[in-house]
Amino acid sequence: MARPRPEPVQVVKQRRDAALRALVDGVPYIRFLDISFDRRGDELTGVLNFDDKLIGNPFLPAIHGGVTAAFLEVTAVITLSWEHMFPRIESGEIDGETIVTDKSIRFPKTIDFTVDYLRSGLPRDAYARAFISRSGRRYASVRVEAWQDNHAKLFAQASGHFLMPQPPKDKS
Amino acid sequence: MVDKTVLARQFIEAIPHARALNLTLTHIGEGEAEITLPYNEDLIGDPRTGVIHGGAISTILDTCCGAAVMSHPSAPGGTATIDLRIDYMRAATPGQTITARATCYHITRNVAFVRATAVDIDKDLPVATAAGSFTVEGN
Repeated sequence: MARPRPEPVQVVKQRRDAALRALVDGVPYIRFLDISFDRRGDELTGVLNFDDKLIGNPFLPAIHGGVTAAFLEVTAVITLSWEHMFPRIESGEIDGETIVTDKSIRFPKTIDFTVDYLRSGLPRDAYARAFISRSGRRYASVRVEAWQDNHAKLFAQASGHFLMPQPPKDKS
Repeated sequence: MVDKTVLARQFIEAIPHARALNLTLTHIGEGEAEITLPYNEDLIGDPRTGVIHGGAISTILDTCCGAAVMSHPSAPGGTATIDLRIDYMRAATPGQTITARATCYHITRNVAFVRATAVDIDKDLPVATAAGSFTVEGN
């Protein structure tokens, strides 16, 4: 039997990009820090768009350590959510409309998060990528890297544990 | 003598990102610091619940730890975070001010060790705790 024709590329891109945009733009704190996400296939890169209000040390100047931690945590949570929701986005069960309004869709909750500060964050854009070391039914372990001009020279790295959203209990 | 608390408050409150979050230094001295973060809808991490994002909690804890290091009698000057671990105990109650309290419990010529706790109105049940090491600069 012939396999069904693949979906047109525009349909696939539109569905995935709309869901990702809704997921990211729906969170006020992500908008406050002006973090956006680039998607290449299933790989997400967080982008921290520099602004003077992110400065923590006006003398150097350098990005606030708390902003760096927040950027890495946002990248970890969005990457984990994306991975977790992806099958339901592909099946059409959740879309850009429902992703931030549907009460049954929850974000993974941070249990702990540890940040290593390797260099000071320069007053320009920063990038981050999260790697899911393990994602089980209840817990996930994630590692995140952040860099600025040169990907080989990380300015921060982090690792953390997350509690995954639990499916609603079957009452029958 | 100029009040060290006033100087420290001006210093912390001059940090652009501390201003963006409306952080207020409420206590400082002898390796201890207390900072408050008022509730702000821009900091919401989950639009369904209105709970503040963990990243904002990290920022107040990091700032508070840095202030505690700088206020230590043996600290000659500035500081930078080497590493910071945060444990999230529970969601902060929407609408409530977060208060972070940090103690620099040990300091050497090069490194300062700090612990901190963040609470909301319920002071007995921490929202988050932090433990970190910081550089000691200006020797």
